[in-house]
Amino acid sequence: MRGRGFWAAMAAVLAAGLAFTALADNPYYFNATYVVLQALIMAVAWNILGGFTGYVNFGSAAFFAVGAYTTIFLQKAFDLPLPLMILAAALICGLIGLGVGYLTLRLKGVYFAIATLAMGIVLETLVNNWSYVGGAKGTYMLTPDEHLWFDSYSEMLFMVMLILALGSIAISRALSSSRLGRGLAAIRDDELAAECSGVPTLRLKLVSTTVMGAMMGVAGAPYPYFVTYVDPLSAFNLFIAVNAIAMPMIGGTAHWAGPVIGALLVGSAQEVITVTISSELNVLLVGIMLVLFITLAPQGIVGLARRHWRRRP
Amino acid sequence: MFSADLLANAVVSGLLLGGFYAAVAIGLAIVFGQLDIVNIAHPAFVIVGSYTAYIFNTTFGLDPILVGVAAMPLFFAVGVAIYRLYYAAFERTGQESLSGLAFFFGLMFIIEVTLILVYGVDYRLVSAGYSAQTLSIGFVDLPGRMLVPFLVAMTLTAAVWLYLSRTFMGRAIQAVAQDRGALQLMGADPVRIKQWAFGLGIATAAIAGALLIIIGPVEPSVGRQYIGRVFAIVVLGGMGSIQGMLIAALLLGVTENLVSTFYGPSWSPAVAFGVLLATLAVRPAGLFGR
Amino acid sequence: MSALLEVRGLAKRFGGFTALEGITLEVAPGERLGLIGPNGSGKTTLINCVSGALANDEGRVVFEGRDITRLPPFRRARLGIARSFQIPKPFRSMSVLDNLRVPLEYAAGTRAGQRRAGDEAMRVLETMGLAARAEQNSAGLTQVDMRKLELARAMAAQPRLLISDEAMAGLSGTEVDEMLEILFKLNGTGITIIMIEHIMQAVMRFSQRVVCLDAGHIICEGTPDQTVANADVQRAYLGA
Repeated sequence: MRGRGFWAAMAAVLAAGLAFTALADNPYYFNATYVVLQALIMAVAWNILGGFTGYVNFGSAAFFAVGAYTTIFLQKAFDLPLPLMILAAALICGLIGLGVGYLTLRLKGVYFAIATLAMGIVLETLVNNWSYVGGAKGTYMLTPDEHLWFDSYSEMLFMVMLILALGSIAISRALSSSRLGRGLAAIRDDELAAECSGVPTLRLKLVSTTVMGAMMGVAGAPYPYFVTYVDPLSAFNLFIAVNAIAMPMIGGTAHWAGPVIGALLVGSAQEVITVTISSELNVLLVGIMLVLFITLAPQGIVGLARRHWRRRP
Repeated sequence: MFSADLLANAVVSGLLLGGFYAAVAIGLAIVFGQLDIVNIAHPAFVIVGSYTAYIFNTTFGLDPILVGVAAMPLFFAVGVAIYRLYYAAFERTGQESLSGLAFFFGLMFIIEVTLILVYGVDYRLVSAGYSAQTLSIGFVDLPGRMLVPFLVAMTLTAAVWLYLSRTFMGRAIQAVAQDRGALQLMGADPVRIKQWAFGLGIATAAIAGALLIIIGPVEPSVGRQYIGRVFAIVVLGGMGSIQGMLIAALLLGVTENLVSTFYGPSWSPAVAFGVLLATLAVRPAGLFGR
Repeated sequence: MSALLEVRGLAKRFGGFTALEGITLEVAPGERLGLIGPNGSGKTTLINCVSGALANDEGRVVFEGRDITRLPPFRRARLGIARSFQIPKPFRSMSVLDNLRVPLEYAAGTRAGQRRAGDEAMRVLETMGLAARAEQNSAGLTQVDMRKLELARAMAAQPRLLISDEAMAGLSGTEVDEMLEILFKLNGTGITIIMIEHIMQAVMRFSQRVVCLDAGHIICEGTPDQTVANADVQRAYLGA
C-alpha cells in the first residue's frame, strides 16, 4: 500500500470505529471486536521478531500477561489512568524482551525459542507466588466510572484497542520498508551473510525483541479492565501464545499485512465457532490450522495470493 | 526446620526424581541432542504415554510399566510417521528453523487440547502394587512410587546408551549427527536413519509416560512443566552426550527438590529455567557437549 | 608503504583439530594476492578469521594499522573488509537489487536516502552485467548469476579489501574471463583483492603474489612462477 493510500485507510477505519461506537448498542459487538483487535496486536508484534527477523518466540503469553499484571499492580499501588499504564507496560515488557534477547540471542535461534517458552513458565510461577496482585487466586478489577463521551466503558476500551491496533500496524509497516526492515530481512535470510555485509545483527535482533515485547505488553495492559477478573492461568494462557504464532503464519509472515489478515480471518472465525459450536473446538482448530498451513502453505495467505497474481497475464 | 534427616531425604528423593527426569529427557536427547530437531512436543507425547498407561491400567488392571513397554512399537511407528512429515515439509526444503519449531509447537498444542477434549482436565491416577510401599534405609525413605520408576529409568537410559554406542544403527545415528555427507558416501541413507532415531525418541515417551503417572497424578497440561526441564537437561548435559544428560537430570532433580523442600513447591518450575539460562550464559556447550 | 592487512601468528583450532597454525602474512594496499592450497588446507578458515566470521584462537589481525582481532564481522565490514562466500548465500526473500542495498546501507553507510542507495546498487549491477535482473528475486537465479551476485554484494559494501572465495568454481572459460576482467577493473580503482581459487590459470594470471597453504600452514610465498616451481607446492597438490 503506497503512503497516502495507507494513511487514508487508517483514518477511514478510525472514523468507522467512532461511528460504530455511536451507532451500535449491543456490548457483545464491542467485546468480540476487542478480542480480535487484541489478537491482531499480538500477531503483528510477534511477526516483527518471527516474520521479519526469523526468530521464533513461544512465550508471547508471558509478555501479554506481564502487561496485564503491570496494570493490576499500578492500579493497586497508585491508581494511575489507563494511558500511563499502557506506557508502563510497554516499558517493562520492552525491557524484558531486551533482557531475554541479550541473554540468548548470541546463540542459535533454537535456544532463544526455548528460552522464551521456559520464561513464560517462570514468570507465571513468579506471579502465582505474588499475593499483592492476587497470586494464584487471581484478582478483581472494578470497572471505572469514567468513560469520556462513550456510552459505556466497553465502548471506550474498544476504541482504545482500535487506536493501539492501528498504531501497531503503522509501526510494523514503517519497520518493514525501512533500512532497519531490510537489515532484519537480511538477518532472517542469512544471518552470517548479513553480518558480513555490515549489518549489526545482535543490535537489530535486540531492537526487534524489544519492540515485540513492548507491543505485546501494550496489548495486555487494558486486559484486566476488559475481563474484570484476572488470574495467572488465564493471563498466561497457551492459547494466546498459539494464536500469536498461528495468525501471522496463516496470514503470511514476510509481509506486514500478513498478521493483520491472519488475525482478522482467524479471529473472526474463532468468534463464530465459539458462539455457534464450542470454545474448546475453537482452540483445537487453531492448532490444526497452524500445522496445516505450516506444512502446506508456509508462505501463508499472502504467499498464496502473490503466487496467484503472478500467474495472471 | 533444617535437619540432616530432611536434607538427606530431600537429596535422595531429588536423585530419584532426577533419574525419572532422565527417562523423560532421553527421547529429546536423541532427537535434539543428536539430530538437532527441536521437538518441543516431546513432553506432550510423554503425557499421551501416561494416558495410555492410565487407560489400560484402569480397564484391564495391567501394570503401567508393562503397558508402557508394550506401547513402544506403536509410539515408534507414530514417531517415524511424524518425522517423515517433518522431513517432507521442512528439512528437504531447508526451512527447518522457523517453520519446524512452529510445527512442533502446533503439534504439542493439538495433542494437549485433544486430550482435554477427550478426558477433561481432571487429574488421572493409576494404581500399581508397589506405589503405596516404602523402602526405608536408616533415616532415608525410598517411596515405591519413586523408586521403581527410578530403576526403570536407569535401565532405559543404560539401554539407549548401549544401543547408541554398540549397535550399528545406534552408531549410524551418532554419525548422522556429525557428518551426514560422509554417511551418504558410505551408502547409508541419512533420512532412514533419522527416521529411525526419531521413532526411537518417541518410543521412549511411552515408558516415560507410564513412569510419570506412577509418580503422581497427570492431567493434560502437566506436559508443559516438562518442556523447560527436558531442554535444561539436554542443554546442561551437552548435546550428543547421554552420560551428560543423565548427570544433568540428576542435578536438576536434586536442585528442584531442595528448592521445593526448603522454599516451597510453587517455586520448582522456575528452577529448570534458571538452570537453562545459567547454562546458556556461562557454558552453552554444557557439561559434556561436542 | 605500510601493509593494508597484516596477519600475525594466527592459529585456529576446532576441538582437537588444528585448522590453522602460525599464519603470518601481509597484504600491501592495491595488491592482488592469490591464496591457494589443496582442499582442507585452511583457506576458507583463514578468510573466516580475517572477516570475523570465526574467532581465531591465537594471533592478531591488523587492518590499516588497527588491531581488529576482537571486532565482530559487521564492524570489519564497515571498516572496509568484504568477502564473497564459496557457496553463494543470497538474501533469498529479496530482489537482486535489494541484496545489494543491504551492504550499501550498512557496510558502506549510504545513509543519503533510499534513492541514492538504489542508484548505487544499479551501478554495481551494471558493472557485473546483472542490471537486467535487478528486480528479479534472488532465489531464482542461475548458478553463474548467483556467483556474480555474491561478488556484486561484496563490491556493494565499497570495500578497501575484497576477498573472493572460489567465485569462479564451476564457470566456463568465457565466464572465468568475464569475472577476471571485473576483478582487474576493481583492482584498478584501488581495491586490494585476495583471491582464493582452484582454477590455476586464473590465479596465475590475476595474482601479483601467491601464498600457498597446506594443512593449516603457509608452505610457500612468492610470485606465481616461483610458486608453481616450488617443490612443496607440487607435493601438496600432487602428493608425494
